[in-house]
Amino acid sequence: MQLTLEFGGGLELLCESVKIHKVNVDPPNGPEKFIMKDLLSWVRTNLIKERPEMFMKGDSVRPGVLVLVNDCDWELSGQLDTTLEDKDVVVFISTLHGG
Amino acid sequence: MEESNTKLTKKGGGRLCCICNQRRAALKRPKTLEQICRECFYEVFEEEIHQVIVDNQLFKPGERIAIGASGGKDSTVLACVLAELNRRHNYGLDLFLLSVDEGITGYRDDSLETVKRNEVQYGLPLKIVSYKDLYGWTMDEIVKMIGLKNNCTFCGVFRRQALDRGASLLKVDKVATGHNADDIAETVLLNILRGDIARLSRCTSIVTGEDGPIPRCKPFKYTYEKEIVMYAYFKRLDYFSTECIYSPNAYRGFAREFIKDLERIRPRAILDIIKSGEDFRISTSTKMPEQGTCERCGYISSQKWCKACVLLEGLNRGLPKMGIGRSSRGLNNDPKKDKYMKQGNGTKSIENKQCGSLDF
Ligand SMILES: [Zn+2]
Ligand SMILES: [Zn+2]
Ligand SMILES: [Zn+2]
Repeated sequence: MQLTLEFGGGLELLCESVKIHKVNVDPPNGPEKFIMKDLLSWVRTNLIKERPEMFMKGDSVRPGVLVLVNDCDWELSGQLDTTLEDKDVVVFISTLHGG
Repeated sequence: MEESNTKLTKKGGGRLCCICNQRRAALKRPKTLEQICRECFYEVFEEEIHQVIVDNQLFKPGERIAIGASGGKDSTVLACVLAELNRRHNYGLDLFLLSVDEGITGYRDDSLETVKRNEVQYGLPLKIVSYKDLYGWTMDEIVKMIGLKNNCTFCGVFRRQALDRGASLLKVDKVATGHNADDIAETVLLNILRGDIARLSRCTSIVTGEDGPIPRCKPFKYTYEKEIVMYAYFKRLDYFSTECIYSPNAYRGFAREFIKDLERIRPRAILDIIKSGEDFRISTSTKMPEQGTCERCGYISSQKWCKACVLLEGLNRGLPKMGIGRSSRGLNNDPKKDKYMKQGNGTKSIENKQCGSLDF
């Protein structure tokens, strides 16, 4: 499954200052069911190079990190349960840096 | 764009906006929990700020207003929205961007590049005042001298004063800052945690410093950080978001995290904390310090010398700890005026927002 992941608001600093990552993910439970929860643990293992606590808390993002799936607030699509599909664009933005 | 629209509908995330009932909802408002589309969001976001400006009479026609600009998200969105509202509602304001250059290599020099682009993007004239010009020291030089402990005291005190000096150079009537609802809720909590009732009652005021040289106002007092960041993202605004390299204020960090945890469970908590802060005002009987002027530089001060002059004297004499922490030894020992410090528990002032982010 091909996904575009974008990190902003300072989160890019946790993945070697690269903002946009085009990635190929192998859904662990088959291509039918890949949800945000799975993606977060994939990102944590494969993209985050430092201070993972700035990105995650428990099995979700840290409060204050906004998530958009195809430019739509993930609070509208079920947050961790949001189902992802091939070519989806997921954006993570920290609100915690600077004013 | 087309493609992602069909995709979302397929996914079941294609709910309609509860305001226009036509377009696909793009975000959930923390304040109201409404699901709204991008276009309706721009509209309610901007018009709510307009309403706050009108209700609180933040500006008068013909005034010159400086926007404290750090290049960060809050002040960038503030500049964009104020420029737009000024046009749309004929405020008749002369708007300026005012930035402070602390002299932090790799941080402020980069964020100032963002502000310089904002100057062009929003057509607002920019003024930059630097620590080096005002005080003879850059933050880098100060840190070299004092180390990483306490540097935020310098940053906070110098920045506040630098902004006033820049504002008077621009001859503005008022300075607008980007403090948002989350920032204010956080400051309310910190002041409660420190038992600082004087600051608690001041920190929720939408206009401050009316007795000082130049009043400051917070048009984003009721604006959620989430919406500011969403606005900047959807409008593809150009802002700078790297943490100040000299920053961390652990105590403030915890308060921040706590507010964000509360917001996740019940987003209204942020407005409720601000409301509590406002209501505390009634019961306070803490005396505010008398305002005089600094004997040395003429800046407002409740003591003989202003805080910046005390810190600067320490730096220049090679005694950088002077003026940090409890009452400033030696220079300001008027016992009457010191009383206020003790009432405030003798704690250092809580700077609004950690160092490096915009706090004035
Ligand atoms: Zn709408
Ligand atoms: Zn600092
Ligand atoms: Zn002074």
